[in-house]
Amino acid sequence: MSKFGSSSNKKEVPQASSNSLSDIVFMLLFFFMVTTQMRETENKVKVVMPEASEVAKLERKDLSANINIGSPTLQYQAMYGTDARIQLNDSFKTVADIRDFIAAERDAMSEAERSLMTVNLRVDQDVRMGIVSDVKQELRRCSALKIMYAARKPAKD
Amino acid sequence: MARRNFQAIGSTADIAFLLLCYFLMTTTMGDQSGLQRRLPPIPDEKQAQDQKVNRRNIIIVRINSADKLFAGSEPMDIAYLKEKIKEFLTNPTNDPNLPEKEAKEIEGKTYMVSKGVISLQNDRGTSYQAYIAVQNELVKAVNELRDDFSRANFGKKFSRLTEEEQDIVKKAVPQNISEAEPKDTGKK
Repeated sequence: MSKFGSSSNKKEVPQASSNSLSDIVFMLLFFFMVTTQMRETENKVKVVMPEASEVAKLERKDLSANINIGSPTLQYQAMYGTDARIQLNDSFKTVADIRDFIAAERDAMSEAERSLMTVNLRVDQDVRMGIVSDVKQELRRCSALKIMYAARKPAKD
Repeated sequence: MARRNFQAIGSTADIAFLLLCYFLMTTTMGDQSGLQRRLPPIPDEKQAQDQKVNRRNIIIVRINSADKLFAGSEPMDIAYLKEKIKEFLTNPTNDPNLPEKEAKEIEGKTYMVSKGVISLQNDRGTSYQAYIAVQNELVKAVNELRDDFSRANFGKKFSRLTEEEQDIVKKAVPQNISEAEPKDTGKK
């Protein structure tokens, strides 16, 4: 009479239903749709952000303009060398192009939100400050004064 | 009948899997965090004389091209910078060489607000990593002072306060970090 272990009962064990499989997958799908964002641009420079324990989260991600500074990735090194370069949107640019970039980013925002724009400086930790200072000066000239030095939280205190 | 039903569900799962893979490939986790700063506007010629600040109210933190740190005028290890900044901003003994304090009325109460300004200077050859490490120490010093102030006045940590209370604390313990004009420091 034992329910378990008798070979005669084997056929009565129901097959695991796969009905819930699609539900689970859909749930995963929604999770990823909500928590992730579209990758807008391809990284052409290597950016390893420095660590800082006092980082604060950027509240409005849609109001930020990204400026990447770092040395070009391997596939571009033959063309651009290994010196630190500025990447705006999808291409290598110079300090002089920042003005147009900021103007374009401002135009894409609604009038009320323009003053809230934050420029997110994503700078590699091995970059020298010279190029960063140049960028900061140019941003001041464009009166894009709200900036953020992108950094990551250290894994352990 | 039952068999057909099973097939229909199987394909839903496949479609969902494909969508899932698509989103996994094309999206990134949002991790935008960092140290937020406000750059000073480009000064006009007229404004230039307004910016004279009393000598005792300024501490100059310098990082040279070899990533060596100087606070005031003496070389310093980064581990001691936070305490130095906290002492500078609080001036517990009312030392005449440390910044003056000013009674300020915020939301109906009077607090002693330090007039101290931290001036951060760097060289063109300073590495970004060292620069951010120093910035981080400065922010940490201010954050700890804000925590102390919140505990003394509201009995809670700064992060636990309401938004209005946080604004009061921010005014009472301002984060005056000025990033110097690069042309002043770059000629080395």
